[in-house]
Amino acid sequence: MTTTAAIDAVGLVKSFGQLRAVDGIDLDVHQGEIFGVLGPNGAGKTTMLKMLATLLPIDAGQARVFGVDVAREPHRIRQLVGVTGQYASVDEDLTATENLWLFGKLQGLRSADARAAANRLLGQFGLEDAANKPISQFSGGMRRRLDLAASLITRPPLIFLDEPTTGLDPRTRGQMWDTIRGLVAEGSTVLLTTQYLDEADQLAGRIAVIDHGRKVAEGTPDELKTSVGNSTLQLQLAPDADQELARQIVRKVAGAEPVLTPESGRMNVPLDTADRAADILIGFRQAGVPIISVSVSKPTLDEVFLAITGHGAEDDEGLADDYDPDPAANDEAGAPTDSALEVQ
Amino acid sequence: MSIITAEPLQPLQPLQVVDPAVAVARTRPRNSPAETISQTLSMAWRALKKMRRNPEQFFDVTLQPLLFTAMFAYIFGGAISGNVSSYLPLLIPGIVAQTVLTTCMASGVQLREDLDKGVFDRFKVLPIARIAPLAGPVVADVVRYLIAASLTFVMGLIIGYRPGGGVFGVLGAIALSIFIGWSMAWIFTWIGTIARNARSVQGISMLILFPLTFLSNAFVPVKTLPSGLAEFVKINPVSHLVSATRDLANYGTITSEVGWTLLAGLVVIAIFAPLSVRSYRRHM
Repeated sequence: MTTTAAIDAVGLVKSFGQLRAVDGIDLDVHQGEIFGVLGPNGAGKTTMLKMLATLLPIDAGQARVFGVDVAREPHRIRQLVGVTGQYASVDEDLTATENLWLFGKLQGLRSADARAAANRLLGQFGLEDAANKPISQFSGGMRRRLDLAASLITRPPLIFLDEPTTGLDPRTRGQMWDTIRGLVAEGSTVLLTTQYLDEADQLAGRIAVIDHGRKVAEGTPDELKTSVGNSTLQLQLAPDADQELARQIVRKVAGAEPVLTPESGRMNVPLDTADRAADILIGFRQAGVPIISVSVSKPTLDEVFLAITGHGAEDDEGLADDYDPDPAANDEAGAPTDSALEVQ
Repeated sequence: MSIITAEPLQPLQPLQVVDPAVAVARTRPRNSPAETISQTLSMAWRALKKMRRNPEQFFDVTLQPLLFTAMFAYIFGGAISGNVSSYLPLLIPGIVAQTVLTTCMASGVQLREDLDKGVFDRFKVLPIARIAPLAGPVVADVVRYLIAASLTFVMGLIIGYRPGGGVFGVLGAIALSIFIGWSMAWIFTWIGTIARNARSVQGISMLILFPLTFLSNAFVPVKTLPSGLAEFVKINPVSHLVSATRDLANYGTITSEVGWTLLAGLVVIAIFAPLSVRSYRRHM
């Protein structure tokens, strides 16, 4: 039996004036998986997600969610998806219970059922003690949990999570990960955007890497990491070092292609195992290549980017992912603000 | 005691399994009118909760009728009608119209502030009628129109107004004012959806409200006005509201003015409710 894809998108395009925020992205998300969309700020992750969630019109291309066309039947799509953004989209003037009750009522639950759903979710998300407190007294993590709970009232089969752990402390982050795994265990499909490779690694079965509105790589976390190595050796060559010789040694000893910045003499080498670092250093010593500093680190998003696109993840500040001419104050510590409203 | 059945025990399976095929089959292409009304009432509930938690929202509907009634009566009463008590039957319906319209303006400003909040992102992604988030606050504001209109009459009674239309005339006048407030609110709702921020809603609304209320028969008899102005005053819907309210409250009669006022209200809704929804949709 073949199952319909949870998301089947072909050639999605969204432009804001001259800027093509999403520039022809294809996505194929299977039912019951966690699909990670990885990319730096400004890559077009949020814009893509908003198109799929009917929050932004699709300029070109086509998207289907469980076989339902997003552009043609937005009302049906809204019955199938839950969306949790980078910010908490709950009502500050209502209590947690009132928020969930209202969202339940709006989705056609009877008053008593909406109340039951609210209480069940508050229990499930560890918010029962704060059920009747105003949201203004909630911590960032509590808001995020409430926001996720609000997306789950009608158990949508597809859940969009836009950077669900940005700005959260490590413990809350781990709790959020457990919750997300729980959703999938219950049969939901999750599309998750993140800036963190380790988050995608922990959660996602498959990952698409997005850069400048294009998909630059796709695969399982293992496949992606293999392309950058399991760890990276970072070397600072001395100014008088023979950079070409160093490159050849790395190729010969580690069988890997180093990423060299000739001006600064910095060299990054992807490694299968950290042990390889010693071999390279011995090779340098024997050939007389002087080095200033050396370190070994786990691959970062930046290195995935460096390996895949040839430029770093922080290059993209000029491209606002969340095209937002009027960033509203956001009380979550340093979390990026975002408002679908401002996108015109 | 327990009865053993062949069916598996539900509580042993705490996880509710989500089945996409079932979920897709359950989706409906659009909201029914009954669902739209239910969603609007839920949004009205939200607006009422917010009003109760932010009592300063009631300042305009309580202080303005009290202050303006007394102020206008004592300042203009002698000049326009010879004395205060003979000015009151002319003035009170005028103040009712003015306060109700000012209250409408607040609806637009509050909607604009509300639209900027994160919770509207969620409203947009919920399968609800696009008119519900706009109509909800408008429905809830009926409470504010009721307070504004009633307090104006109460203040009038305190300073010596004796409406000839009796209780039913006054209640009719209040009901008509609420209807007009409710319909005019759609103009300001529309402004709320097109303006950049709450401050500009306030500015635009003032520009509309001041001519509408002062270039009407709300505070002065039309016969004292120059002819060009008098023509405008006669077609101004606010004048019809004020005349209808006067007829109801002072004489207890339902005149053609009531009909014109209702018609004006319906026309405003027919134009501005669709405009508001269209503009709200486009904001997405």
